[in-house]
Amino acid sequence: MVKQKSAKLTIGVLDVIVLTSVVALVGFIAYRVNFVLIYKWDWSVIPTYLFRWDEKTASLVPNLLIKGMIATIRVAIWAMLVSSILGVILGIARTSDRLLPRLVSWAYVEFIRNIPPVPFLFLFYFFISSQIMPILGIDEFVYSASPQKLAVAEFMFGPANLMTNFLSGMISLSMMSAAYIAEIVRSGIQVIPKGQREAGQTIGLSPFAIMRYIILPQAIQRVVPPLAGQFITLIKDSSLIALISVQELSFLAMEIAISEQRFFEVWIFTGFMYFTVCYSCAKAFGWLERRMGAHRY
Amino acid sequence: MSDGTGKQAMIQLRGVNKMFGDFQALYDINLDVYQGERVVICGPSGSGKSTLIRCINRLEEHETGEIIVDGIRLDDDTRKIAEIRAEIGMVFQLFNLFPHLSVLDNCTLGPMKARGISRTEAQKLAMRYLEKVRIPEQAGKYPSQLSGGQQQRVAIARSLCMSPKIMLFDEPTSALDPEMIKEVLDVMIELAETGMTMICVTHEMGFAKTVADKMIFMDEGRIVEEATPAEFFTNPKNDRTKLFLSQILLH
Repeated sequence: MVKQKSAKLTIGVLDVIVLTSVVALVGFIAYRVNFVLIYKWDWSVIPTYLFRWDEKTASLVPNLLIKGMIATIRVAIWAMLVSSILGVILGIARTSDRLLPRLVSWAYVEFIRNIPPVPFLFLFYFFISSQIMPILGIDEFVYSASPQKLAVAEFMFGPANLMTNFLSGMISLSMMSAAYIAEIVRSGIQVIPKGQREAGQTIGLSPFAIMRYIILPQAIQRVVPPLAGQFITLIKDSSLIALISVQELSFLAMEIAISEQRFFEVWIFTGFMYFTVCYSCAKAFGWLERRMGAHRY
Repeated sequence: MSDGTGKQAMIQLRGVNKMFGDFQALYDINLDVYQGERVVICGPSGSGKSTLIRCINRLEEHETGEIIVDGIRLDDDTRKIAEIRAEIGMVFQLFNLFPHLSVLDNCTLGPMKARGISRTEAQKLAMRYLEKVRIPEQAGKYPSQLSGGQQQRVAIARSLCMSPKIMLFDEPTSALDPEMIKEVLDVMIELAETGMTMICVTHEMGFAKTVADKMIFMDEGRIVEEATPAEFFTNPKNDRTKLFLSQILLH
């Protein structure tokens, strides 16, 4: 973000009209809620679901909403990692001189981009992961692992009884996001001038070394902003895996909203929690962008 | 091939043709360049000068004919191509420095990643060549912080770090402001004095007169005239050469 040093705060006629309309709309909605729906706000449910008093340890422990947020952050971090690796490989393949890598990558990207996430998630969960997960031996691991190992696994992948769901959800999120990251990486690679590759060739570098040390670092540097956008989309889309019973923020919020019958409060607060996570992510990438580009172009 | 004294030509081109789609960029090029020889190629734009030198390190692939560099024939064997490219330095019109790396890292990348030299060794090597091109004090800066002339000298140092047997220059001063041309040409003249085999595409006729052993004039993809600088500038044979020289020397 560019800091405007001498930006004057001037308000024109159009600004007044827009601001007045916004205030009027908010006022109207508040009026409808209070006097037409006759909704009684009760925010007291929220704090009890953030933290609860644990009798056994005599301390405050995270309750469902915080647990859900942790689960969301956990799945998002894994999916960012996996989709970045997969996306970069696919993005490079799309710029290959050889037909086969280009074709495979193209087919993958078009396949993923042109079906909605929900069918993909279900297809992946019920057909593919039911075949893959037994081979990986997740369930056997959970039953036979020592408590220490299990604790580490739970920290990494969430509750043991839902570990296969978590992995299925995380992998399908990663696969969906990878298609978009592949396109971002491809566009980043393609704007690097041809002369950069040629200069690498003339100092005797292999195609791999040219990609690794010359093309990719410049390409990634250029695509940090769209990449940040994709990661934020990924965090928000992670709510989809509630559909396969992964107990992340949206899943738990839904349960609380239904059991407490406090839909407005719970969903508004859940939205606020998502906003906090996404906005922090945006800020982190903004900082990264400034740092990477500080002294170069 | 021999020039009569038994010396083997470093670069040999035999009947080289190059197409860009339907457009023929090079017609039946024959050229021998001997070790230590300095060749200057000139000609109007689009005459195939750049294409010719880009075929020598296979940045462009020729269709027919034969190119032999240092005894190795250029063909589709990619392993050989990397080997040959490491022996041939190239300096581009637009420098093509790596903008994300410091000047020093620009110079050490090739020695480290293509030759497997350690970082400290590569840095020593790089500093030696940066001193030769007279900008050791800029080693820690990024290319965008340098003037055009300084960038081109870094590009020359980067090539020299690979200890090449041949240096190719593709209009190295065409993108420079007039006051920076001299600093680059001075470095090139010094390099010529060390006995480096050089092929330069350039319109700097003063430079050509000073260093060239052989002048080549190209037009429409053909070598039209090949002569010593003395002959070339005082008594050109071909009408196209005469016209070109009269145009370029008038300014």
